[in-house]
Amino acid sequence: MSGPQLGLAISVFLACAVEAVEALTIVLAVGVTRSWRWALAGVAAAAAALAVIVAALGPALDAVPIDALRVIVGALLLVFGLQWLRKAVLRAAGLKAQRDEVKAFAAETDAARAAALPGDGFDGYAFTIAFKGVLLEGLEVAFIVLTFGSSQHDIGLAALAAGVAVVVVILTGLAVRAPLARVPENNMKFAVGVMLTSFGVFWGAEGAGASWPGGDAALLVIIPGVLLVSLGLVQWLRRASVASALGRPA
Amino acid sequence: MSWLVRAAQAVWEFVVGDDPITALGVAVALGATALIAGAGAPAWWVMPVAAVALLALSLRRAAR
Repeated sequence: MSGPQLGLAISVFLACAVEAVEALTIVLAVGVTRSWRWALAGVAAAAAALAVIVAALGPALDAVPIDALRVIVGALLLVFGLQWLRKAVLRAAGLKAQRDEVKAFAAETDAARAAALPGDGFDGYAFTIAFKGVLLEGLEVAFIVLTFGSSQHDIGLAALAAGVAVVVVILTGLAVRAPLARVPENNMKFAVGVMLTSFGVFWGAEGAGASWPGGDAALLVIIPGVLLVSLGLVQWLRRASVASALGRPA
Repeated sequence: MSWLVRAAQAVWEFVVGDDPITALGVAVALGATALIAGAGAPAWWVMPVAAVALLALSLRRAAR
């Protein structure tokens, strides 16, 4: 497996695992408090919708010339990655609340209990919440699978990494029968932000006509570089917020 | 509103989110890379510099 392929697999696995943990919390909450049958039906419907999206867009992206594809994918990954990284840096600096699966689970179960119960048969609430949760979290994964996979001409590897992540999260959820609160979700989001931004920088520049010194090996400098800059920005924001709290300029 | 407009808005919200300035900055940086590379000069440095600058500016706006 080449370096970019390994980066692809790790990035997709981490991104998919994070989104799967969030989706699992939602499905668990409606399954436990409402109806497992209709929650799982919602999951199946969302999975089918996601499969259709990937199956329709995957071959279409493969038909685009590689340089044009890398400009588009590089731009999308960079915009997307910078959003992930911004939120992750703000969380790490204490300026944004950390994601907490126990709190999210409690909020979902409270809302599920408050919603009206159906008569016999179809539980629209359980179906809709599970469907929306899996579809919305899954769309981000589908986006990452398609962009990473098509740029490397290896959508199969990206889909495999995503599938493994979903299976690992589901099996772990079945084993502990509770939201996966001990998964280092915020650190994983930070790592995904670094990887998306790094690959966005690399492919965007290549697609626009630039040549990287060292070719693919440039990623071995870009990824640690983005990580170091991001950690530096966390420290800068922490100092700035302390200075602001003390009433003096940072 | 037609479904097409709603779909376009959903795609915009999904990709660009709440920070259109960063998205614009990425587009400008890609354009600058293409121009510099087209002139035959090394252009690999433009995207890393732009990414760092855009992230720092975005964080500065968010932290205010």
